[in-house]
Amino acid sequence: MRRQLPFFFVFLFGTFMVVQNFVPHEYSERAKEFLSDWTIIIGIFALALGIWSLIHVSLDKINKRKPNWEYSFVTLVGLVAMIFFGFTANVSGSWLTYFAALMVLLISLWLLVQGILGAGAGVTKAKEKFFAGIGLAAIFTFIALYDKSWAFHFYTSEGLENPLFKHFFSDIMVPLQATMFALLAFFISSASYRAFRARNLLATLLLIAALIVMLRFTPGPWGDLISKTSTWVMNVPNLAAQRAIVIGIGLGMVATALKVILGIERGYMGKG
Amino acid sequence: MKNLFNMSRFKIVFTVCVLLSLYSFVNAQAPAVTTVGITPPAPVTELTAVDTDNDHGHSITVKWTPSADDGAGANNVLGYRVMRSNSFEGPFNDTVGVVPLGSTNFENSSSIEEGAEGFIPDNTDFYYRVDALTGDSLVFSSSEVTGPVHSYGQWFNKGLIPVFFAVIIFTALTVLFVSAARKGKELYVRPLAGIEAVDDAIGRATEMGRPILYVFGLGVASDIATIASFTILSRVAKRVAEYQTNLIVPCYDPIIMTVAQDIVKTAYMDAGRPNDYKEDAVFFITQAQFAYVGAVNGIMIRELPATNIYMGKFYAESLMLAETGVVSGSIQIAGTDEIAQIPFFVVACDYTLIGEELFAASAYLGREPLLLGSLKAQDYAKAAVLVLALLGILAVNFSGDLGLTWLVNFKDWFKVID
Amino acid sequence: MNWFERFMKLDRRWIYLFLITVCLLAYYSDFTVPTIREKETGAIYNFIDSLPAGEVIFVAIDYDPSSQAELHPMTYAIIEHAFRKNLKVVFTALSQNGPGMADQAIHDIADSMRVEQTYNGVSYPAREIANGVDYCFLGYKPYYALVITAMGQDFRTPFPADYYGTPLDSLPLMKKLHNYDDISIVVEVSSGNISDAWISYGQGKFGFPLAMGLTGVMTAQYYPFLQSGQVMGIMGGLLGAAQYEDMADNPGLAKDGMRVQLPAHLVIILFILIGNIGHFASRKNRKNVQS
Repeated sequence: MRRQLPFFFVFLFGTFMVVQNFVPHEYSERAKEFLSDWTIIIGIFALALGIWSLIHVSLDKINKRKPNWEYSFVTLVGLVAMIFFGFTANVSGSWLTYFAALMVLLISLWLLVQGILGAGAGVTKAKEKFFAGIGLAAIFTFIALYDKSWAFHFYTSEGLENPLFKHFFSDIMVPLQATMFALLAFFISSASYRAFRARNLLATLLLIAALIVMLRFTPGPWGDLISKTSTWVMNVPNLAAQRAIVIGIGLGMVATALKVILGIERGYMGKG
Repeated sequence: MKNLFNMSRFKIVFTVCVLLSLYSFVNAQAPAVTTVGITPPAPVTELTAVDTDNDHGHSITVKWTPSADDGAGANNVLGYRVMRSNSFEGPFNDTVGVVPLGSTNFENSSSIEEGAEGFIPDNTDFYYRVDALTGDSLVFSSSEVTGPVHSYGQWFNKGLIPVFFAVIIFTALTVLFVSAARKGKELYVRPLAGIEAVDDAIGRATEMGRPILYVFGLGVASDIATIASFTILSRVAKRVAEYQTNLIVPCYDPIIMTVAQDIVKTAYMDAGRPNDYKEDAVFFITQAQFAYVGAVNGIMIRELPATNIYMGKFYAESLMLAETGVVSGSIQIAGTDEIAQIPFFVVACDYTLIGEELFAASAYLGREPLLLGSLKAQDYAKAAVLVLALLGILAVNFSGDLGLTWLVNFKDWFKVID
Repeated sequence: MNWFERFMKLDRRWIYLFLITVCLLAYYSDFTVPTIREKETGAIYNFIDSLPAGEVIFVAIDYDPSSQAELHPMTYAIIEHAFRKNLKVVFTALSQNGPGMADQAIHDIADSMRVEQTYNGVSYPAREIANGVDYCFLGYKPYYALVITAMGQDFRTPFPADYYGTPLDSLPLMKKLHNYDDISIVVEVSSGNISDAWISYGQGKFGFPLAMGLTGVMTAQYYPFLQSGQVMGIMGGLLGAAQYEDMADNPGLAKDGMRVQLPAHLVIILFILIGNIGHFASRKNRKNVQS
């Protein structure tokens, strides 16, 4: 029953959504909206699971001092700090107690988690750590309640205007992401040097087409000819090939979806 | 007596005048409004209002033949104003839309939410009138009133009939070939080098004592490519469990992580080695693309896996992963349905599954009749698409020359109107 | 080992060093790469240019900071063009890490409108761009396919308030806007498969004109949609952005970027040619040795 029930639900809801696509009536629209809302709710619960997995793996690395455990520490501090920045806003311009509260929060969370995990694993002084964590959490709550220089904003967007949140995003995350993407240029250059060889006729044709498309904005007397050839390559053979692959992929997706609905494809259930 | 007769005539004339005035008042056609020097244009004709087809209700389509003065002459019509009332006599105070000259229809629609602005309740009679507008807002001509018309939702979208038939036919083909496969009929599937290499790659990792890295990519659990990847992971995990090799599965999505954990755990249990399963083998990293790539690259450089398997949805990070895998000396097998990333995998990986080969992998690995049957159905559907494409080319390019007008009608039947 | 074979075994770090040197030299040099205007980009420019003042366009900034080097130039070019033409703009950012970056971009562009400029011989006076009057930033919501479909009914369904928490009904611009029927064009700038969702769930269901700004690597994939009419124009990568800037007579980030991209492409082509020459030379060498 435990294994049949999920397949029954997959069949029921899968078939319903296929039929819903052909039924424009209002009742069908409302049912689709209802199910879409549930998709979002399930996704949010899954996000919580994912965050727990990240915390668990990071804590394990730190506790067992696995290689590069320090980076796991940075991960956890970053996670808590960004959440804190995003939900708080400075009111008076004084940052001293704000940072003090953040430090107390970090240390209390660390002690609490160590205490909980340690108690489960029978580690000594786990109880002391847990209660120390509770104590610091109480101090943090006291600061949060009585310090007027900053405040929590859970339902409004003041946290997004928090200069620390903005700085961490625009001065750390944005350059890091942009840098990683920029590394692609170097990977492409080494990959093309290593692997772009005219080994056979098809590879040679591919190479020539790639060269034409890459050169299409080069200035010079041949620029116009290459540009026109490049436009032809993009609009005729490229389009035809892309369309063929898209049709194949489309049919493959329909077939896989049908297999999932009919219970033929069971890999996602953990049974191959 | 004469005075009396005269009085009676006066009364008759007066009464006739009153009656004529009343008649004009009762007649719902509002008089064309004129101002000095501007003649009202010709009104629209053949005004009809019907329930909008193939929708969820709350929508009425008004159609008309444009005014004879549409954008022409001294009585230029510059647009049309669609008016609505709950009764034939009016009043028509509700302007539901204004459309430019040349227009021949207007869809008066609303949201299904009752409190929404301009909400049109279903099964409620309405009457419509269209005014032909000129440059002077006081000068316009009104059409005759049409109605009553009410909106209602349809239970089947007739515009999607070709899609509906395609779904039925494809499902029928799948059922047919699955039945044939169940009865023991041999179904040929051409060899896929990438899938055949998986077992060898796992064996290589076992001999070298190095782990296997399995990457789902950046998809979510509902992506078809990810679902296909789950099946491949279950096969890989089963082999890994049998050979007692280490498996590392870093996940981008939390739902994928939970499903993958279950898959790997079940594989170890099926192999009779439940105690060898390590929960931390499958873990979540982050949902930031390049942070995930950085983490996976770091794993590759530190753990030096012997085999990297990339199956799922990949974007810009595909080449970064594959090139780092080359640096770490791993054998690499990739499969994705992202067309833009396939060239990068072809260049950098040892084996690549292109597009639908990824979806076929599950059938190929297990050789189960059910899966092979659906693969065959896919092939026949592709053949049908090919035939239809050829017919379409003939219809568009050569129907006139070959006198194949029936082909053009056949092609038009495939128009999907949503 | 002859020098060809030695070259074929070149450490990749030399390749990286050569590439970055060329990029740096190009960046600090002063030259312009002439732009050939393509039909795909021209279609988008001409459409937006032909819109009368007061019309509303929808710009979906659906990319992460990782792609901003390639996609920010086209976002800036289009939004600046729209504001100069006194068009109203509704924004979303359906990519998870994009909203903060999109917000910053909108403010940057709004600030640049405070200076009078002349483009294509037409003088555009300085003006203040006000939130809620000239533009509205709806922000981010997860599950982009659902959001795109829901916006077809009413923008308020997924976004009851804008990015800053203001209810949409209290914004003067949004009072008249309900769904895609009130929008002249949707311009979708993305680096991932949100584009597929806009085509299937957006343009396919609601039939609005859809233009796309894509990274260079994705552009080839969407030509079938261009040919079938589902997409009315494509700006492909930095080149597409440079073409748009050229048409708008507003050289910016893309024009600067092309100065680096052209030499970088030439370097990669050079390495491909060297690699192939080496490959054929070694093959010939091996055949000679065997015979």
